[in-house]
Amino acid sequence: MILEGKVWIFGDNIDTDAIIAARYLSTVVPEELAAHLMEDIKPDFPGLVKPGDIIVAGNNFGCGSSREHAPLAIKGAGVSCVVARSFARIFYRNAINIGLPILECSGDLSTIKSGEDHLQVDLDLGQISHIESGRQYSAEQFPPFMQELISRGGLIEYVKARLDQ
Amino acid sequence: MSKTTGSTMVEKILATHSGRERLSAGELINAKVDLALGNDITAPVAIKEFERFGLDQVFDPDKVVLVPDHFTPNKDIAAAEQVKTVRRFAEEFGIKNYFEVGRMGIEHALLPEQGLVGPGMVIIGADSHTCTYGALGAFATGVGSTDLAAAMAIGEAWFKVPQTMRFEYEGTLPEWVSGKDLIIYTIGQIGVEGARYRAMEFTGSAISNLSMDGRLTMANMAIEAGGKCGYVQPDKITFEYLKGRVKVPYTPVYSDKDAVYEKVFNYNVDSLEPQISFPPSPDNVKPVSEAAGIKLDQVVIGSCTNGRIEDLRAAAAILKNKKIHPRVRLLIIPATQLIYRQAVEEGLMSIFIDAEAAVSTPTCGPCLGGHMGILASGEVGLATTNRNFVGRMGHPESELYLCNPAVAAASAIAGQIVHPKEVVK
Repeated sequence: MILEGKVWIFGDNIDTDAIIAARYLSTVVPEELAAHLMEDIKPDFPGLVKPGDIIVAGNNFGCGSSREHAPLAIKGAGVSCVVARSFARIFYRNAINIGLPILECSGDLSTIKSGEDHLQVDLDLGQISHIESGRQYSAEQFPPFMQELISRGGLIEYVKARLDQ
Repeated sequence: MSKTTGSTMVEKILATHSGRERLSAGELINAKVDLALGNDITAPVAIKEFERFGLDQVFDPDKVVLVPDHFTPNKDIAAAEQVKTVRRFAEEFGIKNYFEVGRMGIEHALLPEQGLVGPGMVIIGADSHTCTYGALGAFATGVGSTDLAAAMAIGEAWFKVPQTMRFEYEGTLPEWVSGKDLIIYTIGQIGVEGARYRAMEFTGSAISNLSMDGRLTMANMAIEAGGKCGYVQPDKITFEYLKGRVKVPYTPVYSDKDAVYEKVFNYNVDSLEPQISFPPSPDNVKPVSEAAGIKLDQVVIGSCTNGRIEDLRAAAAILKNKKIHPRVRLLIIPATQLIYRQAVEEGLMSIFIDAEAAVSTPTCGPCLGGHMGILASGEVGLATTNRNFVGRMGHPESELYLCNPAVAAASAIAGQIVHPKEVVK
């Protein structure tokens, strides 16, 4: 699958309290969560982010709590994909489990202009292109087991298939 | 296959739970889970996902635990609705380990206390601080709600076998220095992603002499270093704790002498000061002497990190016959009902009330900025909790420092961060 969208850049160690503050956890509806996405660190973000946009971040994205509300809020805002240098482990598994595309990329994406520039992401090949400069980046390959989870659309579908056997 | 090197405790536990002879770090496996846990924030999402399976039973109702502890006693209508969802699910699926308010405690203090945790178990919880149970020699790790839904259906979860880092603490802890100081010192040394995806093995003479409450505090905060789990191998203190309490079958597992560690850290603790995590990150750690004089509006003693009886005793020893600073609000939250009653019986509650602290029924409450003590803009808090991210305890423009219970109590009296020895002279 090939995605293309406007980029929003965030730094290192973006924690799940920053992605969605605990005071908004009284709902499980992704769109309601999305109304407060990144609110405490970028208050205007819920109004700026549009479906199809791409979040780019540094190290350890999604550290802190296990709240699946964090990837759900990102999904609820219509963000198509998160590219980070690395992900905290619970966020990583949550994103894969719920079918939010994520890519680990060690390339230097810091020169890309947040809220202006665009990326094209080939999820299958792990190829990332910066539209404005034409620069190419490679993402880490997922191990086969995770590719299967991703291709089935997440953990629930994977388990359903097992239960059907 | 010939055995070339030994295995760590976590590699062995995951091997026995995935039907394998041995495992190496990096392998992806499906492992059987002995206990699956959810709370009032994460279980509603898991229940919604579980319903997609169309099942009329969970894999084993005795291996599912549901604890409404975060926004309880229900802070508002939305919270009440979430708890109602969890309560109904527990009733419908015959989950007897559902802990209603009044029996409820903060999950990670409650489960070991209730004897639901034993060495060698695989425990997953839709709560990041599930790593707490490593203190008892279990493999325990935080997962998401969808993981919990899947585990409730098939009794399994997928894992990447983590590499293990070994942390050796040698020496004798000085007075007023605790397991909390060891773990936040460590997080300060290696950073919030220093142990990302890794298992953290805690060992050395200072750990051998550390109480179970102190060990639970250490394992609890492994996640703050990015760890998948933190653990202490079972020993005399573990078995004393389990005696007369544990209700589940268990098999102690130990790391081999020739186990492979990714890295080994050595710390001498003889002269360790109480440690403080400065905002806005648990790894922004300095000794208390460098935090002296920071004025406070609120102090919280409680949480899954430091709401156990030993923590309350440490606070009471300092608060006895004293009053807190008139500008400061001190909130004390025993982590479970048993701890609450023990505190009453030991006379700790009278000390707290006479010191003009507010004492609450068990709840996660203010730790995650839920309720029961939220900070306003510009306010400064000091807490025995585990995270101090932007807005963690309330307004995004509030600030939160983390410390051990003795420092918290002493600082509540002084109205500013101090070393306990400044108050107890």
